[in-house]
Amino acid sequence: MSVVVLLIVASLAVGLVFLVAFIWSVRSGQYEDTLTPAMRVLLDDAPVPTHLPTAGGDAARSPAPEKQKRGR
Amino acid sequence: MSEKTQDTQTTSAAATRAAGGCFHCGEPCPDDSFALAGRSFCCFGCQTVFSLLQENGLEQFYALNSAPGTRIRTVSAAARWAFLDDPAVAEQLLDFADQTRARVTLHLPAIHCVACVWLLENLFKLHPGIGKVLVNFSRREAAITFAPAQIKFSELAALLAAIGYEPLLTLGETGKAKPASAARKNWLQIGIAAFGFGNIMLMSLPFYFGLDSFNGPWFKWLAGWLSLAMTLPVVVFSAGDFWRAAWFSLRQRAITLEVPIVMGLAAIYLTSVWQVVSHQGPGYCDSLCGLIFFLLCGRLFQKKTYDRLTFDRDYQGFFPLSVVRKTPAGEECVAISRLQVGDRIILRNGELLPADGRLVGGEACIDYSFVTGESEPVACAAGQHLYAGGRQVGGMIEVATVKPVAQSYLATLWNHEAFRKNRDNDLDSLTNRYSRRFTRLVIGVALAAGVFWMFRDAGKALKVFTSVLIVACPCALALAAPLTHGTAQRILARLKIFLKNALVVERMAEVDTIVLDKTGTLTTADARGVQFIGSGKISAAQAGWIGSLARDSTHPNSVRITKSLSFAPLPVTGFRETPGAGIEGEVSGHKILLGSRTWVAGRAGIAEPGSRAACVRSSAAGTGLAATRGGATANPLRAEAAGDAAGSVWVAMDGEICGAFALQNTLRPEVAELIAQLGGRFELALLSGDNEREAARFQKLFGDRAVLKFNQSPADKLNFIRELQQRGRKVMMVGDGLNDAGALRQADVGVAVVEQIGVFSPASDVILDAAELPRLARVLAFSRRAARVVRTGFVISALYNLAGVSIAAAGFLSPIVCAILMPVSSVSVVIFACGATTWAARRGGLRPHPEPALAA
Repeated sequence: MSVVVLLIVASLAVGLVFLVAFIWSVRSGQYEDTLTPAMRVLLDDAPVPTHLPTAGGDAARSPAPEKQKRGR
Repeated sequence: MSEKTQDTQTTSAAATRAAGGCFHCGEPCPDDSFALAGRSFCCFGCQTVFSLLQENGLEQFYALNSAPGTRIRTVSAAARWAFLDDPAVAEQLLDFADQTRARVTLHLPAIHCVACVWLLENLFKLHPGIGKVLVNFSRREAAITFAPAQIKFSELAALLAAIGYEPLLTLGETGKAKPASAARKNWLQIGIAAFGFGNIMLMSLPFYFGLDSFNGPWFKWLAGWLSLAMTLPVVVFSAGDFWRAAWFSLRQRAITLEVPIVMGLAAIYLTSVWQVVSHQGPGYCDSLCGLIFFLLCGRLFQKKTYDRLTFDRDYQGFFPLSVVRKTPAGEECVAISRLQVGDRIILRNGELLPADGRLVGGEACIDYSFVTGESEPVACAAGQHLYAGGRQVGGMIEVATVKPVAQSYLATLWNHEAFRKNRDNDLDSLTNRYSRRFTRLVIGVALAAGVFWMFRDAGKALKVFTSVLIVACPCALALAAPLTHGTAQRILARLKIFLKNALVVERMAEVDTIVLDKTGTLTTADARGVQFIGSGKISAAQAGWIGSLARDSTHPNSVRITKSLSFAPLPVTGFRETPGAGIEGEVSGHKILLGSRTWVAGRAGIAEPGSRAACVRSSAAGTGLAATRGGATANPLRAEAAGDAAGSVWVAMDGEICGAFALQNTLRPEVAELIAQLGGRFELALLSGDNEREAARFQKLFGDRAVLKFNQSPADKLNFIRELQQRGRKVMMVGDGLNDAGALRQADVGVAVVEQIGVFSPASDVILDAAELPRLARVLAFSRRAARVVRTGFVISALYNLAGVSIAAAGFLSPIVCAILMPVSSVSVVIFACGATTWAARRGGLRPHPEPALAA
């Protein structure tokens, strides 16, 4: 019997991990622009200016990886 | 969608590269005078950009796309951007600023390919003061971080302009909050609903198959409470907008579709809570989350927006951000928001007057086509009142402003009530009309079934009552219209017909009257209207000389002439442009002059034949031009009667006037056919700000029944539309330009016709590429078919509801029936709506263009 409880807890935990990843990806602005990152993939060296810190705000964060899978 | 000119530019670039086109921009090179590192360039500007990029290790730009650059025709002076260093302006434009760094998001219309993205994101290699750059391709925007101590804002703008990405700054666009958070919230709502849907379904599965007896009663208890806990955020947060909308509509004493939806949601959740608390079962939480998830997906599909297009632009969007002000110390660039009454401003050829003013000096010739639609420029004398929105054609003028920008003639149009009412409220949409009847019916059936069971089996009465409410939740109904309209919107977008929102499809289906603007909508100034009138035809060699010279000028008349001639470009020496007068230069040893009659005659050393012709685009039909050859005294300018001449450009070769190009506005192709198609079904009217000289021609085109009105002011147009509406007509206004803005706004459907998608267009419901105008009749027919698809979708969902309600009223509703019925009904309506709409588009002959759109 207790194995069912264990499975429920495990499955919910996995689901929650994906949910948190999804929420993070939305909040970091990955859904704002779905076209430019696809073009950026084709470019060899990602621009990394190091001499000037990035000014605040989400839009200036680094180019994001592909969309996260949503909670099941 | 990639911009039209840039498309043609890049394709022509690829074609000409093999033939020795410019390495930077791909345009044909006249000769080898501009060459660097074995590459040839068409002009000094392109060569400069290449050497700049090469010196800074950015040659990869040229490897990413062939000839990816943009030709820089006019190198703007750095002083032009000086106003950006004004703290008040900078504060409006900058997203963020502190002592060491600042960030700005600039609109760069020249962005057109992957190489642009790469170059802009590597901009930091060009200047140590520039940090990270992030390009948003679909918006044509770049977010640039820079250190103001090392590079001033104005220097940044000048640098961008110098490499071909001139920022477009307009008053209307600045200082607006970016609506990013709304889209983020929608995604979060969907994600949380999907999480709840998936996980609750997993726990509900054992109950569907009766496995709960195997696990014992505690499992039922655990699963029930976990489901309720996971459903709570879905009901409260994910479905939050439905609660708000329902509450709003009830306060307005109206029943929209959200009312039965939230009735269903509340019934399902409360029943589930009751079942879990009383240990009766796990409730309907899985169906509830699935329902909300589908509803949110439908809404996301309907909310298609086009990043590059602005549908609600007011007059400020048309004004430049800065203007040249004359001060005792000299000339300075000043932000329009800082312009004060009494300031002296300087306008050069082609510049727009931002505020009402009085002419102080210079020969003013104001083109009010922007404001009134009248295509003929008006010559003005010193001291005369000039209206905002007028464009100076000719030399430099000085104007003293007499009113603030916000109170000018043009701005008053926006104070009209038509601009204040909210047009996007959908209380009267097809769906909501249907849902009013639906809601009453559902409540009636639920009550009747409850009362029936009260007498038969009182214990079951409440269950039946809630069951009916649960199963009648109009999920499928709520999906039918969004899916159909959203699909229609996407199909039309592929045809370069952009709808402000999905509801416009429905409003288009109801249109019965179409009002058209003339200038710029039905007629156009393109290469077809250019005709050379002179002593004889121009030879191929002469066409080459004229074309090569005109090619170097950005004046609209030069562009039209260049397009109308077929020639191979030749090198031009001694090119000189006299604003508002003409251009001159030497091609293959021949001195060529192109310009206004007075100027050409004067430059060529020929006596001016007496008449005053201040305007370049002065009315001249060009008949009898041969008589002026060699300085004859006949005055051809009197021949104004011949058609709708928009102007003429005179040509002199080697000191001898040999004729003129007559530039006429011509009817767009296939417009006659379009009007014939529309005339059968709709009541037509033509409104023009222009004078009546073409009345007879258009009356013939439109037929006797149509109303034709000329000399219409923007307010006249608006009132004409309103009168039609008061007679109960549903009006579509088709127009362009600011002079139609009021009418477009007042009409039930406002269609803005634009030459180039993505550039300024007045506030409207539909933005239509001018080349697609002939398809208007088909688009209207398609929208009527889409409305029929929506109605059929309603019927299908009503059938599901009928089946579900029968089961519920009979008292047989179980979670598994609910869990099957709801997704099946939703999915079948989705498939029907998308499929039927696509089929309707094909049957209506609306096939998308062969090449896929790059960015919608």
